[in-house]
Amino acid sequence: MFDSPAGHRDTRELIAFRVGMLECCINIMTVREIRGWTQTTALPKSPPFVRGVINLRGSVLPVVDFAVRLGLPETELTERVVIIVVQSGAQQIGLLVDAVSDILTMTEAKIHPTPDVSSPMLKLFVRGLLSVDNRMISLITLENVLPALEPETV
Amino acid sequence: MAAIKQTFFQECEEQLAELEAGLTSMDGGAADSETVNAVFRAVHSIKGSAGIFALDKLVKFAHVFETTLDAVRSGRLNATPEVIKVLLQASDTLSDVVRAARGEAPADEEKTQKVVAALTHLISPGATQTAAASAAKAEPAAAPAAPPAEKIWVISFRPHAELYANANEALPLLRELARLGRTEVSLDDSTLPALTELDPEGAYLAWTVTLHAACDEAAIRDVFEFVEDECVLEISAPATAEVGDGFELGEGFEFEIYAPGGEGIDFEIYAPGTEDAAPAVEAAHVEQAAAGPVEAMAAKAEAGAPVSATIRVDLDRVDRLINLVGELVINEGMLSQRVLEAGITRASGVAMALEELEHLTREIQDSVMAIRAQPVRSVFMRMPRLVREVADQTGKQVRLLTEGEGTEVDKTVIERIADPLTHMIRNAIDHGLESPEGRTAAGKPLEGTVKLSAAHRSGRIVLEVSDDGGGINRSRVKQKAIDNGLIAADAQLTDNEIDNLIFLPGFSTAQTISNISGRGVGMDVVRQSVQALGGRISITSIPGAGSTFSLSLPLTLAVLDGMVVRVGRHTLIVPLGTVIETLKPKAENVHALDSQLRVLSLRGGYIPLIDVAEVLGYSEAPIDMAKAVALLVEGEGGRRVVLLVDAIDGQRQVVIKSLEANYRAVPGIAAATVMGDGRVALILDIDTIVSVTRTEAGRLTDGETTETSSKNEMTYV
Repeated sequence: MFDSPAGHRDTRELIAFRVGMLECCINIMTVREIRGWTQTTALPKSPPFVRGVINLRGSVLPVVDFAVRLGLPETELTERVVIIVVQSGAQQIGLLVDAVSDILTMTEAKIHPTPDVSSPMLKLFVRGLLSVDNRMISLITLENVLPALEPETV
Repeated sequence: MAAIKQTFFQECEEQLAELEAGLTSMDGGAADSETVNAVFRAVHSIKGSAGIFALDKLVKFAHVFETTLDAVRSGRLNATPEVIKVLLQASDTLSDVVRAARGEAPADEEKTQKVVAALTHLISPGATQTAAASAAKAEPAAAPAAPPAEKIWVISFRPHAELYANANEALPLLRELARLGRTEVSLDDSTLPALTELDPEGAYLAWTVTLHAACDEAAIRDVFEFVEDECVLEISAPATAEVGDGFELGEGFEFEIYAPGGEGIDFEIYAPGTEDAAPAVEAAHVEQAAAGPVEAMAAKAEAGAPVSATIRVDLDRVDRLINLVGELVINEGMLSQRVLEAGITRASGVAMALEELEHLTREIQDSVMAIRAQPVRSVFMRMPRLVREVADQTGKQVRLLTEGEGTEVDKTVIERIADPLTHMIRNAIDHGLESPEGRTAAGKPLEGTVKLSAAHRSGRIVLEVSDDGGGINRSRVKQKAIDNGLIAADAQLTDNEIDNLIFLPGFSTAQTISNISGRGVGMDVVRQSVQALGGRISITSIPGAGSTFSLSLPLTLAVLDGMVVRVGRHTLIVPLGTVIETLKPKAENVHALDSQLRVLSLRGGYIPLIDVAEVLGYSEAPIDMAKAVALLVEGEGGRRVVLLVDAIDGQRQVVIKSLEANYRAVPGIAAATVMGDGRVALILDIDTIVSVTRTEAGRLTDGETTETSSKNEMTYV
């Protein structure tokens, strides 16, 4: 595997993290910061994947348990869990994940499409699949992480 | 251009406020020359700037207004109460015309014309009754306005160097004069030095103009309008004037210079000697011209024009600063807590330095908040006009007294107190004050008094509107409340409770709906908008002596006074403005209406109980009544419920943080805040909590029970 000079403009850096058994990655440009776990304040009448809100230097940041969002069991609060603060549109969201695992440099060409048979939940977030050292890493889009104001139809 | 125009309108607002203030104090008897000058200047600047934007209607009206004011200023028209009344009307109309120019509500043409007529009437010779005391003085004023008769004016004009430095020139002025009539111009060059001593930036020339024209002196003065401060100008009365000795004109007036500095005088025509000398002078002139603006500014400063020590700053920048300071305060709080947790004693250097930091932080916070603070004057200024209008409509005589106009409050609050105040004042005049006959019968002065005051009281601003009218007719109010089913027929109410019934929705004591207060907006709407601001409104009344509305508001909407409560392991903030009282409910006073709804009997009424943990979905198990603490709160429309919580942790001021910025609105939660430990606490939205429970109760049960519960909600204590 090598990067051709011509493909350089397609090169992007991704940050990989573990969510339960899955390994996912997001564009590093969307990441504002990575911080340790802070006790959240629960929000009433919120979806189960919203752990609550934390104070991020004066602004109120919702924290999404990404495992629950993907339909996996709730993230266990170990020493290694981190909150990845990401920018999604005008909003900032905290993603609670098990651990940050890697930083990858990828070209668009290496991204494989998501198989059609995957669950509808995964289809909401997974834009493609990467193969790195025999590991399969899902490339995540952030658009649908927070629920829209309307109840979800998918 | 749009931005400049925006600035112009902002300045117009300021000038209008100035004008109103000046006229009001003249109305109060302060007709000293300083006040009159300030009033004149305000109208004059509006006119001057409006000219730049070619707002013809505005210029025209301002001109008429200015002319009349000038008569007052020069003493030709006495500032009698009648005159001031017309001037006040004119000031109202001027603000209408400004608004129309801004593209808002179009001005009432007819009304404007009426005011124009009234203004001209004051200074026109046709005025028979006005200014009777100053008949002798009015005569000369009448002369210039008399039918065209050619007069000979002698105008002597000697520019100062500043005139040229400010890009004005003598030639256009002379040309302008020639437009008024036939002119004979003679040049006085006696002070012109030899070329070697000539200062290219100097002014050496003077002109004497003999003008044969049928104009008045104001028209002549208009020509020199923008340069009057920068020259010696003498206009002598017409030789053919009917008035014996005429009157002194051409005293120095203070005018602002609108043209920026730059060009100087055309020297070449005056340069004596050989042809070669001219370019040299010109070259020198060009070279020096660059320094023009600076000197112009210096000249302006010397002229003594008060330089305003304020700057206009985009509100966003201030808001950003406020946010940052908010974060600083929170961070500082967290740091102190960490230091305490680390077991560092208070006497240690670290703790002491931290304390210093804390003081500094508070001071920065106060200073930043002060940037947005504005005196309530801007709102109070609008009230005299309202009072005049409502007084006219009701045929009552009203004097408005204001107090504490300098009281400062956050800009966000200022913008939102005008409406409630307007209603309260309308109400005070329409319902509070008796009719003139009623007042005479009660042995009161014919003129009613409405007093508007503002003051800071324990971290809030308290606005009061009081009248010296008849006070609240309690038996009528109570009867009406019973008729409307708002209270039980046998309800025992204190006087104060009866007075406050007028805030209930759908309550209007006016027997006939007048077009002043009865615009479908009752005091309940006023109360609602006040509560939405975290404020409180109440009324006290003394029969026969008048009523006082008191409005208490937080000083800012960025900060909220809250009661910190605990529900399970959650910390919540209840806006203090909604809390009426806290109590320890006794088990025997709690009654279950059905499986869902419980009520608390309190002083003869039944109030629904709301278990906060249950409503917010924090816990399934109902709260242990034996340990619970109750908060009697009042939501939208005066609806009261009792909130049950585990404990009250005290009161504190919290900085309001939006949940929507990064998430979305959450039902039952108004906003969030960050506590001293750095954790987020949620601020309860009492209005939705009250209404959410109502709909739930309504949905769970039908028919009779719903009726019962709604009846209970309507029962007030």
